[in-house]
Amino acid sequence: MTVTSPTRSPRTPAAASGGTRSRRRSGRGFYGLSLGAGISILVVLAAVAAFLLIEAWPAIVASREELDAISWLDASSLAVYIGPLIFGTLLSSVLALLFAVPIAVGIALFISHYAPRAIAQALGYLVDLLAAIPSVVYGLWGALWLQPVIDPFFRWLSDNLGFIPLFADYTPPARNVLAASTVLAVMILPIITAVSREVFLQAPRLHEEAALALGATRWEMVRMAVLPFGRSGVISASMLGLGRALGETMAVLMIISPGYLFSFFLLKPGQHQTIAANIASKFPEASGLSVNALIATGLALFTITFAVNMLARWVIARRKEFSGAN
Amino acid sequence: MSKRIDVTDLNVYYGSFLAVADVSLVMEPRSVTAFIGPSGCGKSTFLRTLNRMHEVLPGARVEGKVVMDGTDLYGANVDPVEVRRQVGMVFQRPNPFPTMSIADNVLAGVKLNNRRISKSDAADMVESSLRGANLWTEVKDRLDRPGSSLSGGQQQRLCIARTIAVKPQVVLMDEPCSALDPISTLAIEDLIEELKSDYTIVIVTHNMQQAARVSDRTAFFNIEGTGKPGRLVEMGDTSTIFSSPSKKATEDYISGRFG
Ligand SMILES: Nc1ncnc2c1ncn2[C@@H]1O[C@H](COP(=O)(O)OP(=O)(O)OP(=O)(O)O)[C@@H](O)[C@H]1O
Ligand SMILES: [Mg+2]
Repeated sequence: MTVTSPTRSPRTPAAASGGTRSRRRSGRGFYGLSLGAGISILVVLAAVAAFLLIEAWPAIVASREELDAISWLDASSLAVYIGPLIFGTLLSSVLALLFAVPIAVGIALFISHYAPRAIAQALGYLVDLLAAIPSVVYGLWGALWLQPVIDPFFRWLSDNLGFIPLFADYTPPARNVLAASTVLAVMILPIITAVSREVFLQAPRLHEEAALALGATRWEMVRMAVLPFGRSGVISASMLGLGRALGETMAVLMIISPGYLFSFFLLKPGQHQTIAANIASKFPEASGLSVNALIATGLALFTITFAVNMLARWVIARRKEFSGAN
Repeated sequence: MSKRIDVTDLNVYYGSFLAVADVSLVMEPRSVTAFIGPSGCGKSTFLRTLNRMHEVLPGARVEGKVVMDGTDLYGANVDPVEVRRQVGMVFQRPNPFPTMSIADNVLAGVKLNNRRISKSDAADMVESSLRGANLWTEVKDRLDRPGSSLSGGQQQRLCIARTIAVKPQVVLMDEPCSALDPISTLAIEDLIEELKSDYTIVIVTHNMQQAARVSDRTAFFNIEGTGKPGRLVEMGDTSTIFSSPSKKATEDYISGRFG
């Protein structure tokens, strides 16, 4: 517990004053270093934003006729083109988050508070391994293995709950947004699990014991002392996952049959496309203004990711007083 | 309320390490029993066996009998969760739930038993428990503030309020004043004096004056050396233990002539 840092130990009168100056200098050096690191992050961020803006600009100000010349862009304006892409991106990512968060929190809780130590470790390791799988492999897995496996389930959903528009009109093979979201969910599961697990492990023993001493069962203890403590951590973890899902390219590209609609038919193919997958599919053949148009969609993605992070920060800050951070 | 606890031949282990050996003693209802003894002699360990909190640590186990009201708390079909509802505990460091308001902290244990408690019942319970813990006048205007916004002494009284809100038979306190200033300490000692008319109270303390002031009976624990188990040396009326203890070790410890 009592790890005294070298800068603090010479508090005794015996400490020579000769060391003070060099220590102050190294302190200032470290301050400079961290300031520089902070600034460089801002510079990189600004550079990326500037690049996107400058490169997207020609497409943003282009006339309708110029845009019409782009073979794949049959929309009255750039905004009309980007709209459904933003929708598809958000829809697939939010669905993925919806699937992944409860499972991730469950696994994280199991690892941190239920499983015997050996099992917990093995399971944690396994989940971490999921993060090491390249996204192309996830794409292959989704396209070749998951689609046939998930097909009967989608069929059932469409047959029995088809009266809800969400689940209507399933057409095999499962190249729809729900299949893509399922793969995305698996992909973001490790990061959400790992971060949540770390947060849950840090839940103060003091409060866990307080709950138990009041006669809480283990689950009640988790609800009283662990989940509230881990709440902001789970939100951050989810946002990390959402960030990954928003930008995920290969897996979506390989699974979804694209469409450019504001559609809530989750089981129909040819309804949705995400920004990242769209850029990847169009970029190889793009030239001239169409490159600028793709970069404009990239700018939209950048803005969304930024907004998501801001939102997360705001959610976390809102209840800081009750967070247990004091 | 308030029940007697009878401990017979209790051995307490951490894994294979025997931390406390052969303790037999009785804690009387409506009285305060104090545990004193040098650091590491197993007072906290023993105290935590009385509400089955000891076993939440991996590898920790208990042999022997702890009988309350005719039932052995370690009997085969006794649910530790049920035991902890009957035997409340106040910890050394104040530990209100930081994510809950003051009122919710008081109700935390109550809501476990009874989810659907009406608003007015809840308000009554918050008030009576906080009054019982001598905290009401200080916090009545800010019941919706977080529990962690209180001072250490207030937090500790909030924890006591939370404990008595579930109406236990017994209240265990492990050095409840060790993190507090003298004034908060006095406030808690006064509170203990009042609580003893309703509860069986067991308190661990390193403060001899405190033991002498608040307790009716005192148990002195000692340890022969590191690696050896702690044992109960003697137990008796507080006045007797402090004026004419029967064991030399007790006298040495109380008079401060101790290693
Ligand atoms: N979690 C634990 N795991 C293993 N051994 C423990 C654990 N907690 C306490 N012990 C050991 O059990 C013995 C009794 O400890 P305990 O905390 O009960 O002493 P104590 O009398 O309460 O001391 P103090 O007055 O300092 O609080 C000590 O030897 C201690 O090292
Ligand atoms: Mg102790």
